[in-house]
Amino acid sequence: MDKWPDNRAWFLVLPAFIIVAFSGIIPLMTVVNYSLQDIFGPGEAVFVGTEWFKEMLGNYRLHAALWRQFLFSGLVLLIEIPLGILIALAMPKRGWGVSASLVILALPLVIPWNVIGTIWIVFTRPDIGLFGVGINSLDLLEVPFDHTAKPLYAWITLLAMEVWHWTPLVALLAYAGLRAIPEAYYQAAKIDGASAWATFLYIQLPKMRGVLTIAVLLRWMDSFLIYAEPFALTGGGPGNTTTFLSIYLVKLATMQFDLGPAAAFSLIYFLIVLLFSFAFYQALLNVGRGEKG
Amino acid sequence: MKIQKRTIALCIYFGFLILPIYWMLNMSLRTNADILGNFALYPADITFRNYIKIFTDPTWYMAYINAIIYVSMNTVMSLAFALPAAYAFSRYKFIGDGQMFFWLLTNRMAPPAVFLLPYLQLYSTFKLMDTHIAVALAHCLFNVPLSVWILEGFMSGVPKEIDETAFIDGYSFPRFFATIFIPLIRAGVGVTAFFCFMFSWVELLFARTLTITEAKPIVATMTRTISATGLDWGLLAAAGVLTIVPGGLVIWFVRNHLAKGFALGRV
Repeated sequence: MDKWPDNRAWFLVLPAFIIVAFSGIIPLMTVVNYSLQDIFGPGEAVFVGTEWFKEMLGNYRLHAALWRQFLFSGLVLLIEIPLGILIALAMPKRGWGVSASLVILALPLVIPWNVIGTIWIVFTRPDIGLFGVGINSLDLLEVPFDHTAKPLYAWITLLAMEVWHWTPLVALLAYAGLRAIPEAYYQAAKIDGASAWATFLYIQLPKMRGVLTIAVLLRWMDSFLIYAEPFALTGGGPGNTTTFLSIYLVKLATMQFDLGPAAAFSLIYFLIVLLFSFAFYQALLNVGRGEKG
Repeated sequence: MKIQKRTIALCIYFGFLILPIYWMLNMSLRTNADILGNFALYPADITFRNYIKIFTDPTWYMAYINAIIYVSMNTVMSLAFALPAAYAFSRYKFIGDGQMFFWLLTNRMAPPAVFLLPYLQLYSTFKLMDTHIAVALAHCLFNVPLSVWILEGFMSGVPKEIDETAFIDGYSFPRFFATIFIPLIRAGVGVTAFFCFMFSWVELLFARTLTITEAKPIVATMTRTISATGLDWGLLAAAGVLTIVPGGLVIWFVRNHLAKGFALGRV
């Protein structure tokens, strides 16, 4: 679709720009300001240049949090994408089951993020949780299950929670992609005697490429920003083993009140995210083109 | 036979989805002593004490009302600001449109934790701390870009000939937009409203940081209960169950458009 060239369209965009700028640009400038100064108190600040950036880039806690973050986001994708596709393939295609499935699937998505944490605390606690009590009564584990005690258990619980929370999003997107495939494609595959696997590989998967791109990127980005769920479930512990980037940043900024380093960290974090956003944007544009072409 | 195997697998998965929620519901219907004393798969003596406490204690029920107030404000604001912008992006080519669109997206992707400290300063300067409008404004950071993206997706599905015909027929732009165009994309507007509602409802970090007492939402009240003296699991579970209800109710109306919204209007 050819668009009308008209710069007066800016007047339509301006209100949205102003309101987002108020929440997005002014605070970012403040962060830049903080990151270049050492602040002792109101009105007492010394310009320190790039010192905080150097300090944060060499900070081993930041490195640890970053690798933890990559590991977590990577695992999330590895589990959620295949599982989401499988669920979408298994979902009913017509009848009352469609609405019922969609509503059940969407339910975890509308629960406040820290309530998700609460749900998983009461579900996995070794004294009152169904899962915690259940697995410990089986007596299979060497160390009794307690997500606050052993890092491995904390990770398993966090991953289970994350998969529980967000796989429905992948499934919904994949389902939408599957529904968009014309029936004729399946008929052709049937005539050719294609197996279910071949149908999946050569018809369904290519046709889902667009929605899956969106799913991968959304899940990657959002798991990179995760805060409320681990905050509610483990508080970043035991030790620092589940301290992801956002949790570390909030700890640094509000508990130790190291404004300068926290601000420098914020900007580094933001730049990493910006890089991914750019990749996301390019991928989205290609999705749009693919549909039209 | 094959279809049946699939259905069984799907039912197991749905069981996995429902089980944790069921467990919280189970807890919410029991007293704290009962929860800590006995392990039970279902509540033997159902008690509504926890719910009664929430509905009679102002610090609890006002927290729900606060959340609903700022979520509604945010939804209205996001739609009002995003509708014209989305129209501009879907219909016009103008200087910097691509860059602007990308910049909006970066705000949706920005880590909220980055904005935490400056927000404290910014909103104190404007004397907005602990007000509903502060949280509603802060949530515009991600909801306006999201709305622009979703609405642009829906608007691009409407042929431009409709606009041209209306303008030839002598409609002014505001009249055309309000009486012809918006009704055409009402499904999109509904889905967008749902997403604004949802993301504002589930957000914790800004909502907790920008409120103290007057506008404190339910999500913040719940975290503060966790860190306070002795935990009442039953009460916490009841509060959690009540946060699911509004979302659960509205899903039904948008179930067929959910995926399009999550794909930022691009399915």
